[in-house]
Amino acid sequence: MFSYYLQLGLRSLRRNPMLTALMVMAIGFGVAASMTTYSVFRATSRDPIPQKSDVLYNIQIDNWGPENTKEGEPPPALSYKDATALLRANKAKRQTVTYPVGVSVIPEDPSRMPMRQGAYATGADFFPMFDVPFLQGQGWTRDDDEKHADVIVISKSLNDKLFNGGPSVGKQVNLDGHLFRITGVMKDWSPQPVFFDVPNTSGFNEGATVYVPLTRALDLRLPNNGNNNCIKDPGEGWDNYLRSECIWLSLWAELPSKADAQAYRDFLTGYAAEMQRSGRFSWAPNVRVRDVMDWLSVQKVVPRESQVSLLVSLGFLVICLVNTIGLLLAKFMRRAPEIGVRRALGASRRDIYAQFLIEAGTIGVAGGLLGLLLTGLGVLSVGLVFPEEVARLATLDPTLMLLTLTVAIVASVVAAFYPTWRAAQVQPAWQLKSN
Amino acid sequence: MQIKPILAALRRHKAGTILIALQIALTLAIVCNALFIVHERVERVSRPTGMNEANVVAVQNLYVGAPSTYLPLIKTDLQAIRSMPGVEDAYATNSFPLRRGGWSTSAQRTADATKDGVQSALYFADEHALATLGVKLIAGRNFTSSEISSINREQQPAPPQVIITKAMADKLFPEGNALGKTIYYIKGRPSTIIGIVEKLTVPWISTDFTDNVTIMPLTFDGGYQTFVIRTKPGQQDAVFKSVADKLYGVSRMRVLPEKSGVRTFEMVRQKAYEADRGMAVLMSVVCGVLLAITAAGIVGLSSFWVGQRRRQIGVRRALGASKRDILSYFMTENLLIAVAGVAVGVILALGMNQWMLTQFEMERLSMTYLIVGVVILLALGQAAVFAPALRASRVPPVEATRSV
Repeated sequence: MFSYYLQLGLRSLRRNPMLTALMVMAIGFGVAASMTTYSVFRATSRDPIPQKSDVLYNIQIDNWGPENTKEGEPPPALSYKDATALLRANKAKRQTVTYPVGVSVIPEDPSRMPMRQGAYATGADFFPMFDVPFLQGQGWTRDDDEKHADVIVISKSLNDKLFNGGPSVGKQVNLDGHLFRITGVMKDWSPQPVFFDVPNTSGFNEGATVYVPLTRALDLRLPNNGNNNCIKDPGEGWDNYLRSECIWLSLWAELPSKADAQAYRDFLTGYAAEMQRSGRFSWAPNVRVRDVMDWLSVQKVVPRESQVSLLVSLGFLVICLVNTIGLLLAKFMRRAPEIGVRRALGASRRDIYAQFLIEAGTIGVAGGLLGLLLTGLGVLSVGLVFPEEVARLATLDPTLMLLTLTVAIVASVVAAFYPTWRAAQVQPAWQLKSN
Repeated sequence: MQIKPILAALRRHKAGTILIALQIALTLAIVCNALFIVHERVERVSRPTGMNEANVVAVQNLYVGAPSTYLPLIKTDLQAIRSMPGVEDAYATNSFPLRRGGWSTSAQRTADATKDGVQSALYFADEHALATLGVKLIAGRNFTSSEISSINREQQPAPPQVIITKAMADKLFPEGNALGKTIYYIKGRPSTIIGIVEKLTVPWISTDFTDNVTIMPLTFDGGYQTFVIRTKPGQQDAVFKSVADKLYGVSRMRVLPEKSGVRTFEMVRQKAYEADRGMAVLMSVVCGVLLAITAAGIVGLSSFWVGQRRRQIGVRRALGASKRDILSYFMTENLLIAVAGVAVGVILALGMNQWMLTQFEMERLSMTYLIVGVVILLALGQAAVFAPALRASRVPPVEATRSV
């Protein structure tokens, strides 16, 4: 029966090519617009480290007070005082303090130009905590942190540039005139959104190529390459800066269980209470311990543009569907006499439902194929609308292709329900009489 | 034209009527808001900076290594740039309009003020800055070369003389005599306003103090330097192509970032408003396609109705209705549906805007856009129904006697 209805459907679609084309285009455009914007939304709202996102926590502590914060949300980063105190307390399985620095690699070959690299100053725990994959060697050790060692981890891309991709562990690299020994070369690793540095990247960047120990970076007074926010003048000089309430460091902790997270939260509240007792804070403890996805959502990593365009294109799809309902209604009702004949010859309402829903399904398939094509074009041209860092994350993968087809077919079958119901209500006697 | 029979007929086509009205309502809601987004973005993209933007090249330079002072390097580089044949003038700074990164601080009228002052962007400059940027000094004077001093990254910028924008002067001194007045960027360190420029914008594209800028006679003694260059007319491309080699010729211990190292001001503007332009294009395309689909839907359904009512049309014609009557019947019918749709659409549009207002910090939808949207949709409906209505008017009276 299915193939017979399919044949009937195709014949009916061919009989009125303009109307058919209109419906296919409506479904195709609607689905393509939604899927293209969804591809961006999916890329910007995804979990960057799914295997561990529920055990990694960003730590916030309010050192500014209610007058300088909005709606009780503590500042998005920590002061040096708090970051080092919490690091020293050592209350988590692993923890690391990070800030972005800019370094220039000076190649040994004097004919080559220096190269600017995005870098992070961080701790030894960074690499095991965030499951950083290594191509050669490994991250430095906690011992290196203690000793303020001149060690670095570099990315595959920098290793390709400096050593033509060859073995480089143990070799030295000149960063702004200081020599550092390579302990490891990372594979291409650049989680997007960059959950561990949201305040400085708004979530997306091209990834850092150099990682240096925080302890060493502070010795060298490597300037912070990210945001630095102060509520009052820190005074002149590096030491005053470190003593200030300026916020510029982020602290991440790995807490394997909910109980650990709660324990950490209690510890943090206790720390803030102590600051209040000592007179540094004149307000009640206000701290946050947020896991990766929670942190990304509070920091509003998904660009406003992505949300607005997804919403507008979903509205677009709804209009296309309303349009299709109207056209299907016109098409089906025009065939009332034919339905009358079929019903009189013994077709049940079920048969009418089957026939027309299958016809709608074929429109869905055609619309889906058109939609797939347009989605492909759309994803390719996402770069025209969104910044490069975001646009490159949007891809047309098998999941999205399947989703496109499914949405198209489901949408057109849903759109066909009302027109089909009307068609099935056709009274055979009345139709036959009027003819 | 009698409306009653039309309403009576529509009552028998409830589903079709509601579908067209609904489609018009939704389309209006989305088109209004999308057009409004386009408007918002286009307005931003075309915002002037106060500069004479033609013939400007910006170089972002980073010195490598850690000398005790960068001042001699900056001086040599500036001399080299100014000696280039196509260059009219140049200066070194920390930032410039649309760079999307820079410094800001607040200025106070009194030495020990504790409340919020007037927020402004800080541009470091020398006596060449005004000519290089091509901004208009409307009061006071430019800096002299003896007023230029330097600060390093551990010092606070608060020079004895500053030039500010008119917008900022008006904020600080609403009574309007800012020139010669003293203001404070750092507690207890007075700065005298020696000049006022007509307009200059901040480096960022979305702040609430776009026109508040302070130009300070300072050179930043640090590794990051931005050279702003005004070229002679017609020499922009030549300078753009050769300036990197010129600087590397002076010293190779520097980095000019691949994407933002050397840029003409058109490139700076292009990059700064990339997302806004993209959003405007996307929303325009969505509007266009949406209107086309709605129009096509109206054509489709109206044609169906005309087909369905051929016999009735024939009867009316046989009873004396003219072609015009039939045409205007269908046109009026569509107008009635469209008006109903538009009425619902206006409410939807306002609701959607209200929601976006709270979610995405958008501005309130202006009435102009609502009216424009309403007119567009009513006109679209009339245009779409015209062809089917015309076909209806050509149904011959003899149709009345035929059976279907």
